[in-house]
Amino acid sequence: MTTKALSKEFEAIVGAENVLTQESDLHSYAYDAAVLPSQSPAIAVRPTTREALGKVVKLCNDNALPLTIRGAGTNLSGGTIPKAGGVVALTGALDKILEINEADLYAVVEPGVVTAKFAAEVAKLGLFYPPDPGSQAVSTLGGNVAENAGGLRGLKYGVTKDYVMGLSFFDVNGELIKTGSRTVKCVTGYNLAGLMVASEGTLGVFDTITLKLVPPPKAAKAMMAVFDSVIAACEAVAAIIAAKIVPATLEFLDNFTIRTVENFRHAGLPVEAEALLLIEVDGHPAMVEEDAAKVEAICKEHKAKSVRVAKDAAERNAVWQARRDALPALARVRPTTVLEDATVPRSKIPAMMAILEEIAKKYQLTIGTFGHAGDGNLHPTILTDKRDTHEWERVEKAIDEIFERALALGGTLSGEHGIGMAKSKYLVQETSRGTIAFSRKMKKAIDPKNILNPDKIIGAEGKNG
Amino acid sequence: MADLKRLVGMMQELDDQLVTCMRCGMCQAVCPLFAQTGREADVARGKLALLDGLTHEMLKDPLGVNERLNRCLLCGTCEANCPSGVKVLDIFLKARAIMTGYLGLPPAQKAIFRGLLANPKLFNTLLGIGAKFQGLFTKPVDDMLGSSCARFNSPLIGDRHFKRLAARPFHKIVAKLDEPRQQGGRKVAFFVGCVLDKVFPEVAEAALVALKRNGVAVFLPENQACCGIPAISGGDVKTFEKLIAQNLEVFAGGDFDHLLTACATCTSTIRKVWKSMARKPELAEAVARLADKTMDVSQYLVDVVGVKPAALKAGAPSVTYHDPCHLKNSLGITAQPRTVIAAAGYALKEMTDAGTCCGCGGSFNLKHYELSKTIGGRKADNVVASGAGLVATSCPACMLQLTDMLSQKGAKIPVKHVLQLYASGA
Ligand SMILES: Cc1cc2nc3c(=O)[nH]c(=O)nc-3n(C[C@H](O)[C@H](O)[C@H](O)COP(=O)(O)OP(=O)(O)OC[C@H]3O[C@@H](n4cnc5c(N)ncnc54)[C@H](O)[C@@H]3O)c2cc1C
Ligand code: SF4
Ligand code: SF4
Repeated sequence: MTTKALSKEFEAIVGAENVLTQESDLHSYAYDAAVLPSQSPAIAVRPTTREALGKVVKLCNDNALPLTIRGAGTNLSGGTIPKAGGVVALTGALDKILEINEADLYAVVEPGVVTAKFAAEVAKLGLFYPPDPGSQAVSTLGGNVAENAGGLRGLKYGVTKDYVMGLSFFDVNGELIKTGSRTVKCVTGYNLAGLMVASEGTLGVFDTITLKLVPPPKAAKAMMAVFDSVIAACEAVAAIIAAKIVPATLEFLDNFTIRTVENFRHAGLPVEAEALLLIEVDGHPAMVEEDAAKVEAICKEHKAKSVRVAKDAAERNAVWQARRDALPALARVRPTTVLEDATVPRSKIPAMMAILEEIAKKYQLTIGTFGHAGDGNLHPTILTDKRDTHEWERVEKAIDEIFERALALGGTLSGEHGIGMAKSKYLVQETSRGTIAFSRKMKKAIDPKNILNPDKIIGAEGKNG
Repeated sequence: MADLKRLVGMMQELDDQLVTCMRCGMCQAVCPLFAQTGREADVARGKLALLDGLTHEMLKDPLGVNERLNRCLLCGTCEANCPSGVKVLDIFLKARAIMTGYLGLPPAQKAIFRGLLANPKLFNTLLGIGAKFQGLFTKPVDDMLGSSCARFNSPLIGDRHFKRLAARPFHKIVAKLDEPRQQGGRKVAFFVGCVLDKVFPEVAEAALVALKRNGVAVFLPENQACCGIPAISGGDVKTFEKLIAQNLEVFAGGDFDHLLTACATCTSTIRKVWKSMARKPELAEAVARLADKTMDVSQYLVDVVGVKPAALKAGAPSVTYHDPCHLKNSLGITAQPRTVIAAAGYALKEMTDAGTCCGCGGSFNLKHYELSKTIGGRKADNVVASGAGLVATSCPACMLQLTDMLSQKGAKIPVKHVLQLYASGA
């Protein structure tokens, strides 16, 4: 069928005003937050009901059209860059919270609900949805599930997958598949919900998501500990965990990031420090007091130069402002910001930091590193200019080496940003040829015409092992 | 249409700024237009990507890009919240100038900008006639007035509850002033601006009362021209520079410490846009000197004169404050107008989302009036929900939009400029 004939068919499903075929509209769905070349789709559609979304999937399959689902388009791995000639379906209009159940502690949502809006609605009822990716003000819950998004609270509260109780999703024929339930326990059938988490739109299209809610902590206390060496900071982290305290957040900033943030905000950060730990403990008020005192003592035992415990909401906010400023401050240094998320076992952070320093020197690049010290999820951030082709070549080599070395330390390619197109070529290094062959067979069985976000995660056929 | 290569060549100057957008998408959280439409081409990230696409020859349809570029409130909320510090408004205005240079100015705009705006005397005469025969000449007068300020640069339509032109514009009430400085005292120049002059002369009068009360001498030269924002929003650099030159000339003779305006849009235009967009080298130095001296009246009263909040009396009337985008987003001014309200003896009742755009519309044209109305309607709902008896703001363009939106909702809440409250007291 011609694009024109096809767009008529899409119009019949979603209405003429929700089918976009003009060059300028299409180009605005050609990218996401990854530093990768743009690719416009042939058609973009914006279904306003879930039924229409299902029909869009079926129409694509009937015509063997590649289909990429797009939430807020904030993923950092090229997961929403469509294939040439393909279709982009937007979930923005599917933004209803269908149910928040206070008795059974769950909520059912459409995939286009914005994470922070959902968390705020839940909080209004005195409940808590912990996953808090840095993009939560815009990211969608569908995108969060499809990327298994993490966030600052990962160490204690886990990541998105720990909150997905059930899903309904469309298969390529537009058939509704149900998995999981509204109960805490459920062993009915394969754990398809588990399979759909982090599937990046390659196996099915979410229709509704059932998410677990928890009671919020009654109290929280934040502090900032200053260290002269990364190793001392990491030893403090290990000692905190060994003392059986699990802080809600345990964040790390390296010296370059500290200096850049200070330059940006002028909040009086210690620019000489080699590392800052930003720590928050939460829970029952009495326990919070006790844990905070213990964490403070442990940091001091591990050669913290100073530990500042926030006394009130304003001071607590100041602690987290420093963390929130990390990316904005770094992003302003050079035109292009490459945010990576190679992750290593917690104990390997000092080794990884040394490696990053070595890589920055070797390829003559500026790298600022911050991240989640509690779970080893670092964000080495390369500050560069993609227009400088010589420098960009070095950036690509540096990224290759970061992954190689992180894997050698027993780490993983991506803690939370997903594989998408950006990292599919490294997948075999972390897994195996067999794993990829298995994944391909599974994908082929579920999606014989390979329409669902083709080439993401496992790469194009014939490439990647 | 001239060949695309020429446009691509012209766009190159934007490349260094365009590349700073990291496509993080965080602007989706704050763009009032995106909140209504959910369209990526309506949010800063989308528009920047389109400009980038043109610059790098990925796109062949400059008209399509131009249309989307112009669908923007120019409210600057995206820029104020951008983690990467992208100078979004600067890019958009430069891009509009490039587009206009390439596509040419549409005839209607050309007639208004070059024929009227750039000739303040003719403009005033015509509007003067219009004011006398309101109802008879509503349409052409609306068209003219509609383009006298970028924030409502639209041919206004029938059901709009539009504030009428003042019977006597401000320049007929106070033609000029040059008060002597008191011994060692303060002296400011006052820039009136089109909307204050032609629709809200009472606000300009209130500003003078406020300054007098604080012993500040005023220099107010005649023949002031428009600040130029409608022209530059339409990409008309020629008219823009002409207007700047006229203003520089009338203010050149004065002795003053600061240039004040009571219009958020004029303040931010003179302070920021003049500097970035007036590129004639012979203008640059004088522009920088005047721009750096430019302030909002409330900001001046609080930061320079030292006006303090008054003790709140029991039963003080309540007011809620709307932050104009051009003060909050462009200049980061939010506290000073609130202090002036408190100094006037009013009890401030904050509304939800005081800092979101009223949807006034920038160069939104007729087509987008519905959108502007939806955005403004939410603002009106928030004003009503605050329970305050009055709504005050610091920009006459916002005053127009608020009046329109509140009256369409049948809410009888008066709209005032902060300085009117201060001048008359609670
Ligand atoms: C500034 C910034 C900070 C970030 N911080 C974090 C962080 O702290 N932690 C973290 O984990 N990530 C972070 N991210 C990455 C990103 O925000 C997350 O991956 C997020 O989950 C993506 O959500 P989205 O709605 O933008 O999804 P999109 O980018 O639109 O899509 C992501 C993937 O989900 C698929 N998808 C979306 N909806 C559906 C659906 N209904 N059915 C099937 N597939 C679907 C898409 O096809 C795509 O493959 C950050 C990104 C930015 C720009
Ligand atoms: S917030 Fe700034 S950097 Fe991010 S997409 Fe929008 S304009 Fe670009
Ligand atoms: S200026 Fe306002 S309307 Fe325009 S893109 Fe930015 S936030 Fe949206």
